[in-house]
Amino acid sequence: MKEEKKTVSKAGVLRRISGPVVTAVGLEAHMYDLVKVGREELMGEVIKIKGEDVIIQVYEDTAGIRPGEPVVNTSLPLAVELGPGLMKSIYDGIQRPLSVLVDRMGNFIERGVSAPGLDRTARWDFKPLVKKGDRVSAGSIIGEVPETRSIVHRIMVPPNVKGGVVKEIREGKFTVEEVVCTLEDGTALTMMHKWPVRVPRPYQEKLNPDIPLLTGQRILDGLFPIAKGGTAAIPGPFGSGKTVTQQQLAKWSDAKIVVYIGCGERGNEMTEVLTEFPNLLDPTTGNPLMERTTLIANTSNMPVAAREASVYTGITIAEYFRDMGYDVSLMADSTSRWAEAMREISSRLEEMPGEEGYPAYLAARLSEFYERAGRVRTLNGQHGSVSVIGAVSPPGGDFSEPVTQNTLRIVKVFWALDAKLSQRRHFPAINWLNSYSLYLDILNDWYAANVSPEWNTLRAWMMEVLQKEAELQEIVQLVGSDALPEEQQITIEIARMIREIFLQQNAYDKVDTYCDMTKQYDMVKAIRKFSDLAYAAQAAGVLPQQVMAVKAKSELPQIKFIKDYRPELARIMDSMEKEFNALRAGIS
Amino acid sequence: MKEYRTITQIAGPLVFVEKTEPIGYAELVNIVLADGTIKRGQVLDTSDEIVVVQVFETTAGIGRDSGVRFTGETIKMPVGREMLGRILSGGGKPIDGGPEIVPEKRLDITGAAINPYARHPPEEFIQTGISTIDGMNTLVRGQKLPIFSGAGLPHNDIALQIARQSKVLGAKESFAVVFAAMGITKEEANHFMADFERTGALERAVVFLNLADDPAVERIITPRLALTTAEYLAFTLGMHVLVILTDMTNYCEALRQIGAAREEVPGRRGYPGYMYTDLASIYERAGVIHGMSGSITQFPILTMPGDDITHPIPDLTGYITEGQIVISRELHRKGIYPPINVLPSLSRLMNLGIGEKHTREDHKKVSDQLYAAYAEGNDLRGLVAIVGKDALSERDRMFLEFADLFEDRFVRQGKDENRAITQTLDLGWELLATLPVEQLVRIDRGLIEKYHPKFRGQRQAGAAQPQSVKG
Repeated sequence: MKEEKKTVSKAGVLRRISGPVVTAVGLEAHMYDLVKVGREELMGEVIKIKGEDVIIQVYEDTAGIRPGEPVVNTSLPLAVELGPGLMKSIYDGIQRPLSVLVDRMGNFIERGVSAPGLDRTARWDFKPLVKKGDRVSAGSIIGEVPETRSIVHRIMVPPNVKGGVVKEIREGKFTVEEVVCTLEDGTALTMMHKWPVRVPRPYQEKLNPDIPLLTGQRILDGLFPIAKGGTAAIPGPFGSGKTVTQQQLAKWSDAKIVVYIGCGERGNEMTEVLTEFPNLLDPTTGNPLMERTTLIANTSNMPVAAREASVYTGITIAEYFRDMGYDVSLMADSTSRWAEAMREISSRLEEMPGEEGYPAYLAARLSEFYERAGRVRTLNGQHGSVSVIGAVSPPGGDFSEPVTQNTLRIVKVFWALDAKLSQRRHFPAINWLNSYSLYLDILNDWYAANVSPEWNTLRAWMMEVLQKEAELQEIVQLVGSDALPEEQQITIEIARMIREIFLQQNAYDKVDTYCDMTKQYDMVKAIRKFSDLAYAAQAAGVLPQQVMAVKAKSELPQIKFIKDYRPELARIMDSMEKEFNALRAGIS
Repeated sequence: MKEYRTITQIAGPLVFVEKTEPIGYAELVNIVLADGTIKRGQVLDTSDEIVVVQVFETTAGIGRDSGVRFTGETIKMPVGREMLGRILSGGGKPIDGGPEIVPEKRLDITGAAINPYARHPPEEFIQTGISTIDGMNTLVRGQKLPIFSGAGLPHNDIALQIARQSKVLGAKESFAVVFAAMGITKEEANHFMADFERTGALERAVVFLNLADDPAVERIITPRLALTTAEYLAFTLGMHVLVILTDMTNYCEALRQIGAAREEVPGRRGYPGYMYTDLASIYERAGVIHGMSGSITQFPILTMPGDDITHPIPDLTGYITEGQIVISRELHRKGIYPPINVLPSLSRLMNLGIGEKHTREDHKKVSDQLYAAYAEGNDLRGLVAIVGKDALSERDRMFLEFADLFEDRFVRQGKDENRAITQTLDLGWELLATLPVEQLVRIDRGLIEKYHPKFRGQRQAGAAQPQSVKG
């Protein structure tokens, strides 16, 4: 018998191909090494090692690849390039710029094309913020680049570089690969560095999330706020307005940087985002929103393994901007597609499945991901945050499925989208009874100090009325609304006003699409005023029908659509009081 | 080409071949039977030791003595302008007695994903002439809008009416229909064919027929052949292509069948875990591309098993497509055609294709108001069943009546009735006028004064009353 000596090296050969999962032999590999598969050098990642078999997930289509083709290990983990040029970029799941791919291979995505995440030819204006002889350490800001009109990109010493004393630092226009700073020990720093996507970037400490991330969406800011550095989930059956809500958040939330991950979603929807964002003006700076946005688009028909990676690519970019001291909001639409990508890869690996075929490590992966959110003190001592808002698409709208359940165990805010509400065209179709925010207590102080000391009481009042309405509706379902006591008929009416005036918000209306806290406060106050007058009138003997017919009530919703609403609101409030006085005068 | 006689196992549609040279993943395979018949298949899994082939036809007649030839290339579809007017089998072979198709090009049937950056947002309004679609679930060019139906409902008639009446306002461009039937009965197929012939649509159509008694596995490639053809017509020849895929439920059943034969770990209800990705690779082949004149608009039809919209097939479809048109058994029983239930129906791209630039400025608000009023009236029906009509308030009674009126006037229309969008909107206003003006909270004052029949009469005396046109 001939004894064949097995050798392993940086280059192995393919043994088996089954969709996006391939097996190589004779390859020296470590987990999550990046490899080049086949003669076309498709990008792949090592996801399992079993004896001499190395199992690889491939980020591109594997049709036509044969056993026996070479596999080369780069011995590097999957990493993203971080540096000027991230803003305004549109990437696929493994940080290939989609615009470059169009230039290289036309309108359809072919395979075997690699493209660097950052443009190598662009020259950026680098302005040093440290000088020769200064001591810098990991995370220190050494200079800045005006990346877009909205964003100053702070160049940092990479977290994995020890630092030292600056020997030379240059000012001027450089590409991302040119050395801008040299340290005494010879370390050369460029404006760009790479960071492995599966490793969270380090920081000094996590801070309390006690500042709200304002979104201009009344039901969110008003009733169920998320904190800067917080986590939220939006689960919703299809057609319940999940995507619109996500996009509203991206457009209007007061984070400095937006990272939007379209993970396994519709191509046309991504296109909508791609065409809309550059035209949308940022309400705070007046510049296009795109100037502070990075988009990652891995649509449902793009390779499944790249979909799995897209979420990590996105959060790493978000953490990078956090480290500069910015507030970043990251939207992942949808984490269910990400979980399904895990399931698909797992089933190709013939792993023992957990619940509903999802891998047993689903919960662990989800919590690792959400844990990368947070408000932190960065290595350079600044405060930055990453808020993560993940959409979940529960099959059949069933919230008991594993992805929703595992997500809810981790996130602090739950915005329950409700298909019934969206059928009634109540938008945003967020159910006020099922949603919750665990940040309320911690944010109370902020609202009291920055909106009004009354605000927290008003919010509690709104929730109470809505809760009461839900109970009364059960009775109405049985006996009809006329059978209720007069006082309760008014409660139902007040609740209707809260729903129709405060909670409903038209994302497509120029004015109503964004509502600041002052206007929100004014609106609630107006409803509260009506409520007080209505109960008082009813107690004085005015009939509920008369109360409901008060003209000011039907005029109130119009203020949503008026930009300078204050004069009109004052007029309505004034006539409201007069009307009620007249009604009461009619009784006595 | 080398022929192997090393089949070791045959299970369902799968054939296992041993001791081959390196074979490419997804390659096309020909299996030669003793009598010379050739059956086609595709490589599903390839390794040094064993190659798994999925056969697109029945495996009857294949034995361990059959020969296996690997073609060395992935499945390609010969395409050309000549295909218009032709009827092909679900496997792409002409079955209308005509000559073989002379290909202008041979294209890979899996098709590559359109780069999202190259897509142009769909925004051209397509008028289907059906009020419930145009008015409230507007279709735009490049959209994929499935019809969710149930067994025994008239989804085929609706699909045909859409195919017949669809047009882009004020445009005269070359237009084609690609029709792919998967597992439908001969009778249903005849119905479609007769209508295509009656209206002369056949000469602008390419028809793929996989009938109920054709091999189930062939259904896996039928929609891909159809979409490859559509892509050629749209993005090479610059036509606007409407693709009708019926019935996607049969496609998914075939997918499950293969999954089971491969002994895969099943997902929900036994469907494979990768069904979402698989369906996406079909549905996502719709759209408009920057700088290209053609487009693909998809109308997949599926029957929901047990009318259950949460069943994995409609559920996963709804997550990929841009909305859905839901056919209601209840409306059908009431004798209303087309029985489209607008409440669960949705067009996600509607807002891109309506409004001043495309249809009319009041479109969105009218649609929202109709929805809200109908939803409210519909909810009240449940209440009436318990407490009786008398217990309702005046306001509630009006909404209840509105719901009936809406179904009777707005939803109901003839099979050949082609309503212009302005007719649809005016009809909407006419119905909304039965409610007191102050109940129209979703429409702003300005539009009410401009379009509400009551005010219109005051402002422009003698203006024509809006009416629906029968015919």
